[in-house]
Amino acid sequence: MIEAGADIRTEEFLLNMGPQHPATHGVLRLVVRTDGELVLDCECHIGYLHRCFEKCAEGNPYTSVIPYTDRMDYLAAMCNNQSFSLAVEKLAKIEVTDRARWMRMATVELQRIASHLMAVGTYGLDVGAITAFLHCFRERERILDLFEEMSGQRLNYSYIVPGGVLYDWPDDMPKKIENFCDQMEVRIREYNDLLSGNGIFIKRTADIGVLPADVAIAWGCTGPVLRGSGIKRDLRKDRPYEFYDQVEFDVPVGRGLHGTLGDCWDRYWVRVQEMSESIKIIRQSISKYSTSTGKYLTTPANKQLRPPKGEAVYHTTENPRGELGYYVVSDGEPIPYRVKARAPSFCNVAVLPEISRGTMVADLVAILGSLDIVLGEIDR
Amino acid sequence: MLTGLLLAAGSAGRGLIDLDLTSLPLVGEMLAEHPTIAWPLLMLAIGCGVVIGYITVFSLLAVYAERKISAFMQSRLGPMEVGPYGLLQTAADGLKLLAKEDIIPRDADKLLYIIGPIFVFTGVWLSFVVLPYGPDLIVADLNVGLLFLAAVASIEVVGVLMAGWASNNKWALFGTMRMITQLVSYEIPIGLSFVAVVAISGSLSMQEITLDQQGWFWNWYLFRNPFLFVGFFLYFIASLAETKRAPFDLPEAESELVAGFHTEYTGMRFSLFFLAEYAAMYVVSATAAVLFLGGWCTGFAFIDSWMMESAGFQRVLANVVGLTSITIKAWFLVAVMMWLRWTLPRIRLDQVMYVCLKVLLPFSFGVLVFSTLWELVTDGTLFGDWWPLFQFLISIGGFGLLMMNFMAKERPYDIEADFRPLRHSEVHAAPDAGARG
Repeated sequence: MIEAGADIRTEEFLLNMGPQHPATHGVLRLVVRTDGELVLDCECHIGYLHRCFEKCAEGNPYTSVIPYTDRMDYLAAMCNNQSFSLAVEKLAKIEVTDRARWMRMATVELQRIASHLMAVGTYGLDVGAITAFLHCFRERERILDLFEEMSGQRLNYSYIVPGGVLYDWPDDMPKKIENFCDQMEVRIREYNDLLSGNGIFIKRTADIGVLPADVAIAWGCTGPVLRGSGIKRDLRKDRPYEFYDQVEFDVPVGRGLHGTLGDCWDRYWVRVQEMSESIKIIRQSISKYSTSTGKYLTTPANKQLRPPKGEAVYHTTENPRGELGYYVVSDGEPIPYRVKARAPSFCNVAVLPEISRGTMVADLVAILGSLDIVLGEIDR
Repeated sequence: MLTGLLLAAGSAGRGLIDLDLTSLPLVGEMLAEHPTIAWPLLMLAIGCGVVIGYITVFSLLAVYAERKISAFMQSRLGPMEVGPYGLLQTAADGLKLLAKEDIIPRDADKLLYIIGPIFVFTGVWLSFVVLPYGPDLIVADLNVGLLFLAAVASIEVVGVLMAGWASNNKWALFGTMRMITQLVSYEIPIGLSFVAVVAISGSLSMQEITLDQQGWFWNWYLFRNPFLFVGFFLYFIASLAETKRAPFDLPEAESELVAGFHTEYTGMRFSLFFLAEYAAMYVVSATAAVLFLGGWCTGFAFIDSWMMESAGFQRVLANVVGLTSITIKAWFLVAVMMWLRWTLPRIRLDQVMYVCLKVLLPFSFGVLVFSTLWELVTDGTLFGDWWPLFQFLISIGGFGLLMMNFMAKERPYDIEADFRPLRHSEVHAAPDAGARG
């Protein structure tokens, strides 16, 4: 810690970081109280991207809410689609064929890789490593190409809908996904060479922003942020949805390899390992998809859904950023009576002031990057 | 090479200039009437013009090189649209900067805001005065050349302080704070490296330091003794910090401070900072070349002796050879700087200070003391004429042992089984994802 002599007058400095700032990953505004380079306190101001998602959802038919969920976590739109679709399926008791479920699992895991690639890449950017970012984007681009072929969109897919998926896969899609997996396995090691094992990167992230397990639980952190603190909680294992109970994969947790358990490096490392696990899931899903039968969509996408009156469902899925929950209430009308979203980034970013006090300004950026927030989801 | 020829043509022989200029109507009269004042003024004007031209052309090429190098490292193409292979991209950007609106923030201190970038640029610009490019290619061979270089480099600090403070912007202030801390601290290891060289050369004049390294390349100060060998790397690391290149680029850390001390600057004022940054890269690289890599000497004894003995047209040719030699060396170091920038993450301010005060500073002191001791003990000729070659082998061997020691250490990321470094064959063995179509 820096100590000034008694005769030197120092002043605290109120720094307004954002909403237009390269490191705030969107339009987060941080009001930082600093003493020189030291962060004494910081406060998150959110809401710059508020789009009334929940209110909009109350005025649209169930299937028309899907495009709104795209814009929640725009880096993992498939996962948002899936989460809402599962909630509506449970509410309206819609059956989904095995084949559609395997298709969904493969796409969602591809999306998880794409999202983690973005997280890992921009994290490198936050600590100044520009090259790793573009290498990550190269692979992300391949996933987006696959998605474009599936859904016609590159960012906001609206692909997973209640009853299955919107379009059937082209015949060569499993082969293409397999090819991507083959290459991705090699690329992950390339990222490790570029970033994970880089001495300066470790120096910048190890022992920084330590989030102890009890604090993480107390603040409701989920996803890689929680697992980085060493807690093995993954809804895909703990409360399996789709066919996650039929595939084999591990849940990587932080182990404090380079410093304290729950530091920035642990959170980063959990994401890198999760990419490998996702590849495992994709491979299994693809092989199961090839042998399964059934329609890709059981309910026409434009069909008016009228779940029974008074039914309410809360369904959570494991998003790349944590637990994404949708609480949907029906009053028998074709539009939902109430939709409430539990956004993982919203809870994760809340812990930022707690773990950034006493660090330096550069560390604040590193911690924020390691939380991997998406403002579209926080502000909704 | 183009710049080299320009420079050679510009100031190769005083005789050529003598012939041409005295016959000009106005200049000729002035030269005849006030020879003592007019001649130095004329030489100064030519020198200024040549240096500014050199800086501009170097910056244009360096920015292009930086873009291409970064692009190739990131599996991109880089600029491809403007001109063949995007060669004119930087020129187009320069025009854009010229045409941009010049904004002075309302609450800025106008005077300081305006002269800040001029100070920064002047500091770097003056450094070119003492850099030797050939046997005769030097604007001013000051007998305190190296001291002059260290002195004018410090002007930049003042300019940055002016610019950052006058901008009246918190991010600019943050950047300035970091910049001043860094620049002032890293001047110490740089100065100590200078002293270690001067202790051997016995002169502060850049030309004399260069001439002392004539002959075969093992005569270069880099291989003079094992300690100076280390000293070169210390100087190079410190010069990275001095020019705020990665991993020491935190004064203008984009992801932290938006743009650091020049956040508020636009257009031409910004491009002055930009030019100064790239020119500073060249200055520190050329200085490293002069101090450790023999400057404009080629590293081959027969060429070097020809360069010194030649006369007339051959002398002009010798200057061109010298210019090429130092340009290649300086560009090599500049390329290494770019390579590092696109590879390494940025370190934190306290780590920057740690590197300076606890690593570079004691090591630089060690280099100074032990290299001087080595010279005292060996007296430069311990085994007769072949002593320089022995020293070269000792330096290289010592470095090799050090490297082997590093290699033998378990690398920190061997902790995970899937963490083993990627082999080239594996990258190519993986099938292409065939994403499009």
